[in-house]
Amino acid sequence: MRKKKTVTAEDIRKFSSGTNLFFNIVLGIFALSCVLPFVFIIILSLTKETDITQFGYQFWPKHWSLGSYQYLGNMGGQIFKSLAVTIFVTVVGTVINTTFVSTYAYAISRPNFKFARFFTIFALISLLFTPGMVPTYLVVTKMLGLQDNVWSLILPMSFSVWNVLIMRTFYMTSVPEAIVESARMDGASEFRTFRSIVVPLAVPGIATISLFTTLSYWNDWFNALLYMSSSTWIPLQYLLVKIQNDISVLAQQAAQGGATQIANQIPQEGMRFAVVVVATLPIAITYPFFQKYFVKGMTIGGVKG
Amino acid sequence: MDSSTAVAQAPATKQSGTTKRGFMRTLKDNGTYLLFVLPGTLFLIVFFYIPVLANVVAFQNFQYDPQGFVYSLIHSPFVGFKNFEFFFHSADFGLVLRNTVGYSLTFLGLNFVFAIFFGIVMSQMRSKRLLKVYQTSMLFPYFLSWAILAYFLYAFLSTDKGVINHLITGSGGTAIDFYNNPTFWPFIIIFMGVWKGIGYNSILYFATASGIDPSYYDAAMIDGANKWQQIKNVTLPHILPVATLMLILNIGGIFRSDFGLFYLLPRESGTLINVTQTFDTYIYRALTTTNDIGMSTAAGLVQSVVGAVLIIITNLIVRKKQPEAALF
Repeated sequence: MRKKKTVTAEDIRKFSSGTNLFFNIVLGIFALSCVLPFVFIIILSLTKETDITQFGYQFWPKHWSLGSYQYLGNMGGQIFKSLAVTIFVTVVGTVINTTFVSTYAYAISRPNFKFARFFTIFALISLLFTPGMVPTYLVVTKMLGLQDNVWSLILPMSFSVWNVLIMRTFYMTSVPEAIVESARMDGASEFRTFRSIVVPLAVPGIATISLFTTLSYWNDWFNALLYMSSSTWIPLQYLLVKIQNDISVLAQQAAQGGATQIANQIPQEGMRFAVVVVATLPIAITYPFFQKYFVKGMTIGGVKG
Repeated sequence: MDSSTAVAQAPATKQSGTTKRGFMRTLKDNGTYLLFVLPGTLFLIVFFYIPVLANVVAFQNFQYDPQGFVYSLIHSPFVGFKNFEFFFHSADFGLVLRNTVGYSLTFLGLNFVFAIFFGIVMSQMRSKRLLKVYQTSMLFPYFLSWAILAYFLYAFLSTDKGVINHLITGSGGTAIDFYNNPTFWPFIIIFMGVWKGIGYNSILYFATASGIDPSYYDAAMIDGANKWQQIKNVTLPHILPVATLMLILNIGGIFRSDFGLFYLLPRESGTLINVTQTFDTYIYRALTTTNDIGMSTAAGLVQSVVGAVLIIITNLIVRKKQPEAALF
């Protein structure tokens, strides 16, 4: 039974239907492997603790339970604190980074800025050479004295040369020189031109880089690993690292001294996964919206000097 | 580039700043812009240029003096290349070098092949909707940290509760103690690394392949080229400049490793050190456990210098062969 079908030029250029089916299966399986683990983690966080200890991690548990989340909520303390730290660091860091980057990139994209070339190279050199983990550690702890200080989670990531390159390309391609010129003719100061003409035009670019930055702050555990030795500034991601082997960190707030006894009663397995869900969910929920921007930002690509 | 044409249009406000007055004038004319670059410049000085200079501790027996960091840098005794010798002669050096370079080259090759493969395949898919679903799913792990992905992995590999061992014991086998068995880890590390990055790495090739003028394909088809020949003769040559650029960017990273991948996934298991220790984890452990600042800085400096040299060399080669793909 042949169906009559109009064949477009587009169709001919794509895979034949057999090949297409084959690659659909390949991509489909791979795509599933990328999403399934997260679904699995959610299931595990909703599994009754006794099920886990008895049957191990299962894709479909016999008993569902909100126990892990209840414990997490009741014990309060660390999880809320960590969530607050993560949100604070992410918001403040993103605002600072986006401001620093968009102004720097604008200046070096301006043909009438006399030192544009100098400051472009000044930034680009940092891509060629890495200062290294230890010297950076020494500067942050010994020179700036930021050990156990929340700013040690913010400042080391408060500027990004990659973002500068993206923004510079964006200004050069999407903000017409004529508009900037005419604003100047009308007697607007450089600053005013930037604020009321350039920034509104550059919103998609700024959205892209603030997205990159938000993600890297949200996901950062490395700075905490280096700089938070004894302090209470534990962001969510670093909390995850800490409870890998020792769940009692979560219970510390609930009972000083009696932490280990508490740790013995709580749904250890389920709670770990509940914390993973808390750390992942905001990304997963907002993901479909920002993914679009991300792909666009990636393909602005023209990072070339 | 396009900036040079724009320069010509710029108003001729600036005279060469030979006199002091002229210089002040230049500063004033560029005042707002200088203000704009100020925060970024301060950042680069504090978090790039000063740490780069602080690499001198690799040649010192660094002693922190309460009088301050700079004071300590100047007054710590110089020991020449002692720290480097110590690092090169330690048993760790060979191991760290083998692991770092071995994994990096494997990633370089596999990412290159898989990213181009997926990029081209996605550009030829018939259904736009399905394509979107695939792309969105494949990009998801890229946005998650290794701290989270370590738990994903653990859910599968845990000895007593993990899915894989559940399947093994369920069918009568004995459970594998993955976290104490180094044999599997090179594959696990490589799989996880490629898996996390593939969605991201393929975007660029997908975009490039989708952007090819369709008339090239039409011409090839008129000449009787089948799909494979079209990909070989039309798609691949178009992707090559981008691929070369990515290769340069990544070759500079051969001495670097993704710290989280190697540090968090093995869950600090000592038995896995031989297959998971790289430059970065080694430097971190030397800094935090033995507090050997001189030697760990020396190891980091070796890493950075080799990286920079590699970027410069590959760029030179590319500039000769394919100038439009060169980085600088």
